[in-house]
Parts: sequence; structure tokens; C-alpha cells
Amino acid sequence: MNENRKLKRRWRTSGGAPLKRPMRKWSWLFMGPVLIAFVIGFVWPFIQGIYLSFCKFTLIKDAKLIGFGNYLKAFKDASFGHSFWYTALFAVVSLILINVLAFMVAYFLTQGIKGSNLFRTVFFMPNLIGGIVLGYIWSMIFDGILSRYGTSILLESKYGFWGLIILMCWQQIGYMMIIYIAGLQAVPEDMIEAAKIDGATKWQTLWHVTIPNVMPSITICTFLSLTNGFKLFDQNLALTGGQPFIIQPDGSTIKTTEMLALNIYNTFYTSSSASKGVAQAKAVIFFILVAGLGLAQLAFTRKKEVQQ
Amino acid sequence: MKNSLAAERRRKAVMSIVLTIVCIIYVLPVLTVVINSFKYNTYVKTDTFALPLGEMWAGFKNFIKGMTFGNYPFWQSAFYSLIITVFSTALILLFTSMAAWYIARVDSKFCRAVYYLCVFSMVVPFQMVMFTLSKTADKLQLNTPWTIPIIYLGFGAGLAIFMFVGFVKSIPLEIEEAAAIDGCGPLRTFFSVVFPMLKPTLISVGILEIMWVWNDYLLPYLVLDRTKYMTIPIHIQYLKGSYGTVDLGATMALILLSIIPVIIFYLLCQKHIIKGVAAGAVKG
Repeated sequence: MNENRKLKRRWRTSGGAPLKRPMRKWSWLFMGPVLIAFVIGFVWPFIQGIYLSFCKFTLIKDAKLIGFGNYLKAFKDASFGHSFWYTALFAVVSLILINVLAFMVAYFLTQGIKGSNLFRTVFFMPNLIGGIVLGYIWSMIFDGILSRYGTSILLESKYGFWGLIILMCWQQIGYMMIIYIAGLQAVPEDMIEAAKIDGATKWQTLWHVTIPNVMPSITICTFLSLTNGFKLFDQNLALTGGQPFIIQPDGSTIKTTEMLALNIYNTFYTSSSASKGVAQAKAVIFFILVAGLGLAQLAFTRKKEVQQ
Repeated sequence: MKNSLAAERRRKAVMSIVLTIVCIIYVLPVLTVVINSFKYNTYVKTDTFALPLGEMWAGFKNFIKGMTFGNYPFWQSAFYSLIITVFSTALILLFTSMAAWYIARVDSKFCRAVYYLCVFSMVVPFQMVMFTLSKTADKLQLNTPWTIPIIYLGFGAGLAIFMFVGFVKSIPLEIEEAAAIDGCGPLRTFFSVVFPMLKPTLISVGILEIMWVWNDYLLPYLVLDRTKYMTIPIHIQYLKGSYGTVDLGATMALILLSIIPVIIFYLLCQKHIIKGVAAGAVKG
């Protein structure tokens, strides 16, 4: 241990010279490829995206600065407002259902039941199937049930909503379960043993010992399912694609099961070509929303770490 | 004492039964796909949950029909999906691990700036950059399956670099220092000393990238030249989305074909996949 520390100090006082100096000579090779790709694939499109949200354009070449006009239009757009509230409701409902069910499954699976591994394998499986494929599998299943009652998932928005909830539960429970299992396995055995000796019931042990100990996992999963809910696109597109539509008195259409990401996509690619600036403004608002959730998660987990 | 043991056993039995029922419900959707891929189209909607018996039985006709369905051969979509996934994952693993090692060890102001930019990119949703990214890709001629991995390297670098930097920082410096003192240049130090040590993270990141790229729909849809190239998700969306009357039987056959390799891959590397997912859970 002491030896180790000495070496480390020597390394630091020498500035890591035996390695650092020659490494810098090769910086173009180590950093170059990622930097070039990162600029092409993220940095430049991001900066351009911010700039274009203040412009009127159909192609990038003809962009003209117009100030905050796009943002005003985005906030006035009834379909955008509708998709925001629809997404928020969806995210909260799916968050609660997924986390409660995933925690229950994980709790059961850590009780030493025979066949736990098999169950775990099955519950996780839907995660490997892509969103588009999932959407079509479930649209066939829901229509198979609903057609007996002479209706379809595309005809009523409440079917679309709960259909998507069921789909997301099916897909995400297995994922969250994995994180919860890791958390539950890290709960110190002797704490549970001590609670048992003190005469605590199973429920008391779960509530006062287990749950406080898996709080980090709960935080991660909560934010993960919240951001997943907000960013959902493929499943939404494939299951209902926003149907059914309602035509407003002023001639505009509200797609009742359209979520934020799909609304932005539709504003970009299926509305009139003049609305691209508005779509980019919506995308910036969407980014601020999602990034805000991410930062809140970071702040929240940091705080928890300090407390421990 | 005996009583509580019996109660414990009963509790476990109840849990087992509940889990078994849930397990069966979990497999049902996939089974539904299997039975419907062998049914004639007209019966998929009316008798979704019936076994494909008697006049419903279509044999392998759906699979044969699906292969050339939509004027685009399915095997070609599958081939492009495979190419894009393999090349993107290889590119990401190689270059981000190199960059992460440099960032963690040189640790200059520039390195830190790049690192924070990468962390930042993890919280940016794709919709924010999709329009400008697809235009940039078009302009730079990156719209083929052979060049789209560069886009994936750029957009996917954040998570990979974040995970690699975290791991490199936990490796003791002494090993690399010893290699350097023994006369190893940075390249050899990296490839014969550091890279092998990164193996657990390489597997985790690799699994996450494979799952992401293979199932990704919107990025390749917007970037690729769709008249020439499709991937499996694009192909399936195209069949359902742009056809007036959809042949559900054939679509289910294709869905089954696209799920089978995924499930085989899952059963083979289950342990790594679950570990990788748990490691990548930090992703926001």
C-alpha cells in the first residue's frame, strides 16, 4: 500500500512524464477520429439546430433570421400543447406502473425461489426487440381483441393510451428489474437478520430496511423511466401513429395519441414545408425539457451520495 | 419454529405460482407472432389467437412471400442491418476506448472539455439534431451503410466515452508506467497493455451499442438513401406504414425472422447482456 502511494506521488510530481509526453505526440491518433465524428454527428448539428430555431427556412441554405417567431408559433400550436400534456401523463402513469411492478418482480426474484434465473431471462427478453417491431406485434394483439367488439386501437384514444402503457410495461419491467435486483442484492444481509431478530414483520423489514437501502436504484429507475417516457418515439409511431385524429373548428388537426417526439417529427416532415423553423424550435424546447430532467437526476443522485 | 418454516415454504410457493403465470403472459405476445406467421392473411385479424389449423394453415407461404414483399428483398435489409451494427460497434469500441484512455491519462483542460461535452451529449434527445444531422450526412455523402457508422460513432460517443473513462480511472497507473519505463510507446502501451484490461467494459459498451444500433429506426431512416438501402426496422415500418392493405401474415413472418437472431444472441450472451445493461443504467 505504502509502496503504491509512493509510486503515485512520484508519478504526479513528474507529471506522469514517462507516459504523458509521448502520448501528447500521438494525440491526433487517439483523439482525432472521435473528435471528427463527434463534430459531424453531434456538435455541428446541435449548434446549427439552435441557430435554425431562430430562422425561417425550408432548406438550410435559405435560412433567414427572424428572432423568436418560431417559439411563439410553437407555444401557440394546439397540437404541441396537446402532445406535451399527453406525454407528461403517459410518462407519469408508466413511471408508477413500471417501477412498482419491476420492484415487486425483483423482490420476488431475490427471495431464493427455484427457477429465478429462468424468470429473469424471460422478463428481460422484450428489451432486445426494437420499438418498431414491438409496436406492430402489439397492434396485432390489441386489434385481435378489440375487433371482437367491432372497434380498433386506432379508433379510440383511450385504447391507444392504455395500449402503449401495456406495451411499455411489457418492455421496460425487465430492464428496471435488473437494476432493482442489483440494488436488492447489495442490501446488507445482517441488517435484515437484525430486523428479524428484533421481531419485525416481513412488511416492516421491507419498508424500513430494504427500501431505504435501495433508494439509489429507485432514483435511477424513476428518472430512467421518466426520460424514456418523454423520449418515446418508435413505439408510438408503430402502435397508433397518433390516431385517432380530431379536426379542430379552425381546420387544424390534433392527433390524439401523438407524443412530443412524434409531434416534432410530423412538424418537420409531414406538415407544410414552411413549418420547419417551428419544428426546430419545438425540438429545442424538447431538448431543454429532457436535459432538465437529466440534470435534475444528476443533482438528486449527488445529494443522496453526500448524505450517505 | 416449524410453523414459521411451513409459512415460509407456503409463501415461496405462492410467489412461484404468481411468477409462473406472469412468465406465461410474458411469452404470449411472441407466441402470437409465431402462430400468426403461419396463417393466411385474412385470418390474422379475425382469429388472432387461434392456432393455425385447417384452412388457416399457410405453411411457409408467408415467409416466401415476405422475402420479396414491398419490392425490396428482405435479406438485403437484414444484410445492411448486420453490416451497420457490426461496423458501428467496432468503430465505437476502438476509437472511443482510445480517446477515453487519452482523456483519463493526459487530463488536460482540452480533455476535460471534450469529456464534459460527451456527458452533455448523453442528455440531448435525437429530435434536437435529427434535421440538421441528416442534412450534414447528406452533404458529406455519409448516407450509405458503409459510412453511416461514422455518424453512429459521433452520436454514440458520449455514453461510450463516459463508461470507458470511468473504468480507465480505476486501473492503477503503475502498470502503464512500468510499460512506459520499459520502453513501450503510447500505441503499444495502449494496444497490448490497456486494451486487454478494458475487456469487461468493452463487452458492456459493445452490448449496449449492438442493442441500440440494431433496433434503431429513426437515425438510419433519415440518414440512409432509402431508395437503395433499408434496415430491418425501416423495412417493417415501410411494409406497414405505406401500404393501403397490409399482408399481416407476411409481416408477422418477417417480424418472426427478425426476432429469431436476436433471441439466439440473447440466449448465448445473456450474462453479458444483463451485466452490460446494469452498467449502462447511468444513461439518462
